[in-house]
Amino acid sequence: MQHGKYRFIVGFLVAPLVLYAVFVIWPFIQSIYYSFTDWTGLSPDFKMVGFANYTRMFHDDVFWKSLEHSVYFVVLLPLVTLSLALFFAFMLNVGGRRRKGAAVTGVRGAGFYKIAYFFPQVLSIAIVALLFRFAYNPNDGAFNGALKAVGITWQPEWLGDPKLALWAVMAVLVWSTVGFFVVLFSAGMASIPKDFYEAALLDGAGRATTFFKITLPLLWDTIQSGWVYMGIMALGAEAFATVQIMTVGPGGPAYSTTVLPLYVYQSAFRDANAAYATTIGVALLIVTLLFAAVVMRLGRRERLEY
Amino acid sequence: MGSTSAHDGAGVGRRDLIKRSAALGLVGVPAMGFLSACASGSGSNGNKVKKGTKSKKNPLAVNESAPLSVVIFDGGFGTKYAKDATDQFHKNFPKAKVDFHTTQKIQSELQPKFNGGTPPDLIDNSGAEQMDMGVLSSKKQLTDLTPLLDAPSYDDPSKKVRDTLRPGIVEMGQFDGAPVWVLYYAYTTYGVWYSKTNLGKLDLEYPKTWDEMLAACAKAKKKGIAGWTYAGKYPYYIPFSLYPFIGKIGGREVLDAIDNLEPNAWKHPAVKAAFDAYYELYKKGYILKGTPGLDHIGSQTEWAKGKALFIPNGSWVENESANVIPKDFQLSVGAPSSLDSGDKMPFGTIWASGGEPYIVPAKGKNPEGAMETLRIMLSEEYSKNTSKLVKTLTAFNGGTTGYQLTPGMESAVAALKLAGDNVLNPRLQDWYNKLEKEQIGVACLGEMMAGRMTPAEAIKKIQAYADATAKDQSITHYKHQ
Repeated sequence: MQHGKYRFIVGFLVAPLVLYAVFVIWPFIQSIYYSFTDWTGLSPDFKMVGFANYTRMFHDDVFWKSLEHSVYFVVLLPLVTLSLALFFAFMLNVGGRRRKGAAVTGVRGAGFYKIAYFFPQVLSIAIVALLFRFAYNPNDGAFNGALKAVGITWQPEWLGDPKLALWAVMAVLVWSTVGFFVVLFSAGMASIPKDFYEAALLDGAGRATTFFKITLPLLWDTIQSGWVYMGIMALGAEAFATVQIMTVGPGGPAYSTTVLPLYVYQSAFRDANAAYATTIGVALLIVTLLFAAVVMRLGRRERLEY
Repeated sequence: MGSTSAHDGAGVGRRDLIKRSAALGLVGVPAMGFLSACASGSGSNGNKVKKGTKSKKNPLAVNESAPLSVVIFDGGFGTKYAKDATDQFHKNFPKAKVDFHTTQKIQSELQPKFNGGTPPDLIDNSGAEQMDMGVLSSKKQLTDLTPLLDAPSYDDPSKKVRDTLRPGIVEMGQFDGAPVWVLYYAYTTYGVWYSKTNLGKLDLEYPKTWDEMLAACAKAKKKGIAGWTYAGKYPYYIPFSLYPFIGKIGGREVLDAIDNLEPNAWKHPAVKAAFDAYYELYKKGYILKGTPGLDHIGSQTEWAKGKALFIPNGSWVENESANVIPKDFQLSVGAPSSLDSGDKMPFGTIWASGGEPYIVPAKGKNPEGAMETLRIMLSEEYSKNTSKLVKTLTAFNGGTTGYQLTPGMESAVAALKLAGDNVLNPRLQDWYNKLEKEQIGVACLGEMMAGRMTPAEAIKKIQAYADATAKDQSITHYKHQ
């Protein structure tokens, strides 16, 4: 029954493809087109200016700073968040002491911890950023209050200090996203057959060995998609929201926290230079694609079926 | 049927299918329309409504039955003050349908309408999403408000609207020559804000000279009170007292040269003197600890609690921090202290200028109706109404009698009286937003006041930023008229 097969396939694909084309590919092409114009974003008339926006971008210190910070975000955030999440998930699912009836179990109170970790996920990132903005307040914020309470006289200005600000923002993103990955990895771990662990335990393997020899390899696919997902958050909306809401300026002090999506936003909506904003957007697109390509390449491993 | 696995080359393999559909997508997309027909659309001139009959009661010749659409920023001032005035418009022209819309997202809502050529008739272009008016005017998107300014005022037909406004309002609306593109409705007084009560507790009065200022800070420090604080996270609040200080030391021309982005404008000795004076506040430990990490609300709260005496701010602080300012605070604004006897301008020289910019889009259908609404807003009655509602002076020069002014407003009126003609109006924040806020404010002044940069370094860097802005062809440049 090969007859009419194309029509059949096309029938299924046409709706999603059209949607994808209209809402994803078309805006991309538009942005690339606008990056060669001098469109302000406030009026319908503009003209082509060739590569002027790109020349400008390559000579723009703030762009390079934003790029640098975005690269920090995309490299460090997934690394820290996923490592923490893996550790937590492992402890919650298989890290517990041996108890009666079950060879493999999580630490005591695992159910409670799961909810506690996941809790930040139900808060919108804007609210999280706002809460931490108060917590970082140097005079009556929670952090300096805690430092004072335990007798430490070091009272940093947190977001007001160029050396600390970027790390302070990253910490918030780690805090707010780690719970999601704990749940994701827990689900992944739950699907690993218990026999493997039991066999390993019989052979006398410790927690660390079980983790690196069993859990990690069998969870690799989940980790890889987590990595891509986290990277996209670190390059996109989440990084933008926290920097925009929390930091000095925003983007400061002294450009120490500016990131690419923030610079896109500022160029388009503060400086009324939509064309330049799309140029930076194109750079961001390239960074994102490179990131995805690298992750896919590094992550390629033999798939284990079980 | 419909199998997606390969059959001896007769069918389409899964891989092929994906490849082909991707190719189809890529080929199909450009065919969907011409690139020029994108989000920016094409501008149409729109059909203006016919003018009405000009009369004594209707000097702008408003069409009595044409609909009017108004969009008001719903921020610190609320919207009632504007609603009351549009209600009056509706009362005067009962046949005209008035669409009164309020929003906090001016740009998100209105940018597409500008791009599509269908903007509303009157806009309060304010708030965090303010649209760049320099760009709007240079792209011919705004209506010249000169007819409004030359129309007889609402209260007194023998006076033009122009002559009933406070100093600086008309000039502020000009960007490139005679036309007036913007009407700033609120009138803001900038300076050093303080509590008479808190100064009184230390047996102090507002310091008229910088030596007295340092002495006052020293006295406060002994009691564990900081001299100054400021919005550390938004250091572009510092200029509210620093710029008039520069102007007072070196004269109006120094600030004009800075606004005009003249080469070496920042290298003027007055700039260095003012920067050095402020830097000394940091050096001597007179700045409230933790200030660089505080936002505007945070710093205003500390200051209202009496932990710091002075804060550079604008007259909106009274409304914004109303919930933390104690009843017996006696809020007051001070003009910059005199640095020494060589100052070019007398004590009292102050920065005051318009806020809450109203614009009439060029492609709006009913510009006469929009201007008539503004004319009503600029009447004594509605100016008073606004002052009562939101504790601010308006562009209308008067309307401050016959009711109890709040302490902050009263001190602003007194400060303006003391200043007389010595009202300064630095324009960097309206003309070059990025230069003022991000580059001068955050990257230089903020760093200097946090002690991470010396005044000399800050000036050098600011001059470099100003030069870059002057050279940047993608930015529209302005000059003081």
